[in-house]
Amino acid sequence: MSEARPDPDQLLATVKAEEARARRGKLRIFFGASAGVGKTYSMLEAARNMRASGLDIVVGYVEPHGRVETERLLEGLEQLPTVAVNYRGTLRREFNLDAGLQRHPAILIVDELAHSNFIEGDPPPRHAKRWQDIEELLGQGINVWTTVNVQHLESLNDLVAQITGVRQRETIPDRIFDEADEIELIDLPPDDLLTRLKAGKVYVPEQVATAIERFFRKSNLIALRELALRRVADRVDAAARASALTDRTSRAWLARDRVLVAIGPDAQAEQVVRAGKRIADGLDAQWTVVYVETPDLLRLSTAERNRRIDLLRLAESLGAETVTLDGPSAAQALLEYARTRNATRLVIGAPKRRGLRAWLRPSTTIAVVRKARGFDVITIGPTEETRRAEGSATAPEPAVPLQLRRYAWALATTLVCTAVAFAMYPYFEPANIVMAYVLGSTIAGIRFGRGPAIVAAVANVCAFDFCFVPPRFTFSVADFQYLVTFIVMLVVTLVIANLMASVRQQTRVAGARQRRTALLYAMSRELAATRGVSSMARVAVRHVAEVFDCKAVVLLPDENGRLRYPREAPLDGSFTKADLSIAQWVVDHGKRAGLDSDTLPAAPALYVPLSDESQRLGVLAVLPENRRRVQLPEQRHLLETFAGQLGLAMERARLAEQAEAALVAAETESLRNTLLASISHDLRTPLAVIAGASSTLAEHAHDLDEEARTALARSIETKARDMSELVSNVLDLMRFEAGQIVLRRDWETLDDLVGSALARVADRLATHRVDLDLPADLPPLHVDANLVVQTFVNLLDNVGKYTPAATPVRIAARAEDDVVRVTVDDEGPGLPRAERARLFDKFQRGQDEGTVVGAGLGLAICRAIVRAHGGDIVASDRPGGGARFQFTLPTRAPP
Amino acid sequence: MTQAMHQILVIEDDVSIRGVLRVLLQAEHYRVIEAETAARAAVEAASHKPDLLLVDLGLPDDDGLRVIRTVRAYSPVPIVVLSARTMEAQKIAALDAGADDYVTKPFSAPELLARVRAALRRTARGTDLQPVLHFGTLTVDLARREAHGGNDELHLTPLEYRVLESLARQAGMIVTAHQLLREVWGPGRFDDTRALRVCLRNLRQKLEPDPSRPRYIVTEAGLGYRLRVGESP
Repeated sequence: MSEARPDPDQLLATVKAEEARARRGKLRIFFGASAGVGKTYSMLEAARNMRASGLDIVVGYVEPHGRVETERLLEGLEQLPTVAVNYRGTLRREFNLDAGLQRHPAILIVDELAHSNFIEGDPPPRHAKRWQDIEELLGQGINVWTTVNVQHLESLNDLVAQITGVRQRETIPDRIFDEADEIELIDLPPDDLLTRLKAGKVYVPEQVATAIERFFRKSNLIALRELALRRVADRVDAAARASALTDRTSRAWLARDRVLVAIGPDAQAEQVVRAGKRIADGLDAQWTVVYVETPDLLRLSTAERNRRIDLLRLAESLGAETVTLDGPSAAQALLEYARTRNATRLVIGAPKRRGLRAWLRPSTTIAVVRKARGFDVITIGPTEETRRAEGSATAPEPAVPLQLRRYAWALATTLVCTAVAFAMYPYFEPANIVMAYVLGSTIAGIRFGRGPAIVAAVANVCAFDFCFVPPRFTFSVADFQYLVTFIVMLVVTLVIANLMASVRQQTRVAGARQRRTALLYAMSRELAATRGVSSMARVAVRHVAEVFDCKAVVLLPDENGRLRYPREAPLDGSFTKADLSIAQWVVDHGKRAGLDSDTLPAAPALYVPLSDESQRLGVLAVLPENRRRVQLPEQRHLLETFAGQLGLAMERARLAEQAEAALVAAETESLRNTLLASISHDLRTPLAVIAGASSTLAEHAHDLDEEARTALARSIETKARDMSELVSNVLDLMRFEAGQIVLRRDWETLDDLVGSALARVADRLATHRVDLDLPADLPPLHVDANLVVQTFVNLLDNVGKYTPAATPVRIAARAEDDVVRVTVDDEGPGLPRAERARLFDKFQRGQDEGTVVGAGLGLAICRAIVRAHGGDIVASDRPGGGARFQFTLPTRAPP
Repeated sequence: MTQAMHQILVIEDDVSIRGVLRVLLQAEHYRVIEAETAARAAVEAASHKPDLLLVDLGLPDDDGLRVIRTVRAYSPVPIVVLSARTMEAQKIAALDAGADDYVTKPFSAPELLARVRAALRRTARGTDLQPVLHFGTLTVDLARREAHGGNDELHLTPLEYRVLESLARQAGMIVTAHQLLREVWGPGRFDDTRALRVCLRNLRQKLEPDPSRPRYIVTEAGLGYRLRVGESP
């Protein structure tokens, strides 16, 4: 800890952030404590100065609020056309994002960072929020100036609401503020602001108009001003720290705090998340929001599950890492996670259960506090607002339709029990008759669920009382002992019914989770067995279409990074009318868009990126048959997981391809070097002979006798033929490798082919004896005659090169099923054992470079030819010494 | 062998190869005319009426195949292709265009001269075929359909006689497998190369001293056959 060493992860993050920033446009925010401090005014004034110094600065959008001063400042500044949006019958002017992107000025002014676009307007906006528009502008390298008030900051939202009593609906993620390149605080003392307000110089947004008195109280303004100043001071502090981070000589780096924020499905969760953000910021710590999915919580309504997803998204927008844990007990899972992640603080909502309930089932908070070791637990008390929300949130659970049939069955059990009890009555004590009823209630609990079980239990108690408890056939009870029987009977039945309901619920939840896992597993397994990105896409489309009952398509980018439709014929479940421009946006930004998302929520289809924007792998577009199939939070999460899985698989495939390409490139490189070395040697040697011999003939022909002249001319001829062989070998092999050789198969007889080959190598094998063992009844071969002759020529040529003169060569053939197996034996030195495996590779020779001419291509060509005929060639030792080559040739036309 | 001063048109764009060919052919007492382009070749062929054409396929202004077709359109003069194109498809294209034989570069002098002689002999004979063929000690009389060898009477089937006839009509030159099939088996069995192979194997068994190393009926792998009688191989 005394070591002055910056955290390497953080340094890396800094470097990355800087790289990203260099390409991005710069964001300058004019920041104020409240409306009316003069942010827009200052911004426009600064813009005019810039304009005067010749900078390309353009006004994209400014809310003039009808103020004359603002209008006057706008004069002389270039203004982009706005877009008219029809929102519920009224026309609104809106910032025109496309115009901004197209104009691409050096600096673009877009007022009101926190503005929400009219999602239901016509035309629908691209993004739900203006800050998203601005993000896109920055991403395109456009510098943006904008304005925002302190109450719009997400993490301060609660605080401001508490101070002023007015909740801001329009918020921006703190990330935007924190990552802005420049913050200009526009400060105005509260008294001056109030003066301006009274003079009517302050525009009041509609939603606070009713609360104007409450909002613009002096105490509020002071608090807001303090909040704004502190926020800016925090930023300055962070900037100082950031520079210390990049400065390697900085002082000792403290062990970092890690804050865990535990949330549940209650109304307080949002407040806890924001509190967590403030605590984490105060500590300059990394923070993680943890949600534990217990069986109980899975029973929640759709609205609550949606809220959970929203909460996690909120946390992410505030800069948190989010984690969802599974486990039977929330406390246990939290403690486990805190331990493994070395959390230093755990932020959690204060316990809400009181009295007996709290004693019977301690809340997660209590359980965590009791068992916390090694970290602090910070509990966040509920605000008035959340307490109120709590009351209303828990009330309206949609009523499950009464399943009357089950209740009828439950009552039927009571009748059956009573019948059995009547049968037992003459022989058994009432204590045992009770057992029949208890059994009945238990069965009702197991079979018909909680409600019917309760009905059955009550009915059983009544029936027992009525029929068997003296005085019989009245509800009155003579012996008070029976009251105990009733109560115990009732309690037992209820406990069993409850247990069963809970077991059934857990089974259902486990089943759902298992099904989800199974679906994912099915796709992953198939993806793992699939090669090629487009095949993977098809596999994914098939699975997604099936699981989500939708039409789906995977759009992949072409070489230019533009998404396009796959060229293959569409599958049954293919979504053929995806909007490529939305998909392109999704892949460029790495964020989902379309149906019910933040961007273009009015689109009929949902577009999910397969990876983040740095990889740009592609987009999964989904057009659901039934919107609910992708609206449920779990389903949507599952869909994103599917997309993620596909992205991972495709990334893996791409990396494998790259690795393979690199390997091939390396091999090609080394091959090229070998080829050059080999060919230059094998060409130079005969060339030297030819040049020497021919120049001797030209210069000294008259000095030489007839015999010497002929010998020189012959050596020229021989060497020229060697070179010719070499060149045609190289060309043949190149043709083979380029796939240019097409077999011209015909029916041939082996003796014919061998005869041709022997004729061609006659002079090179003149000193060897060739024995043939070709049975007369060999079936005709279906081969390319020229290539097979070439095979024999190459093999025999090697014999000529590598075996001593006068040793015999034997060519034998035997018919087998559908093939003829040919053996070529020699009695030379045999094959070098070490190189046998590579013998058929290019540029391998039996001996080291030097005495023998031939670039080692012969056997490679032989193998290429034999393989092209569907056979194989192997080299081995001939029993008794020498080399043996065996290969097969087909005797049947391929089907 | 006496040469009646045969006139040979060498169509070749490479000057050094033309030089070698000129020396080689003049040494054998042929008269040599040279053309280095296809256009020039057409003029020379029409004006000089040469006895044989030696054609390179790759010419600067046009493909040699076109020269072959042009000349073949009006004259039965023997045409021997001399080319560096080694793929069978190219050879077959040249033979189909009307060439009589094909010699690949690099060539050896004896081989080229043998082909030239064989081609000229064919014109000397016209289309009459040499009725009696000698295979070492064996003789085959095509006109009489008789074969004699050493001491034994030799039996050739009618099919074998007809194959020999077809080969002998262009003795010394390539006869493609398809040509043989067409002439002997007829157009209906055009692609029955299996029967052709078997027939030729049998012929070799009967006529060649060492059937596995044929001297007289030579296979040009992938192209066809060549009958080499009456000259040393």
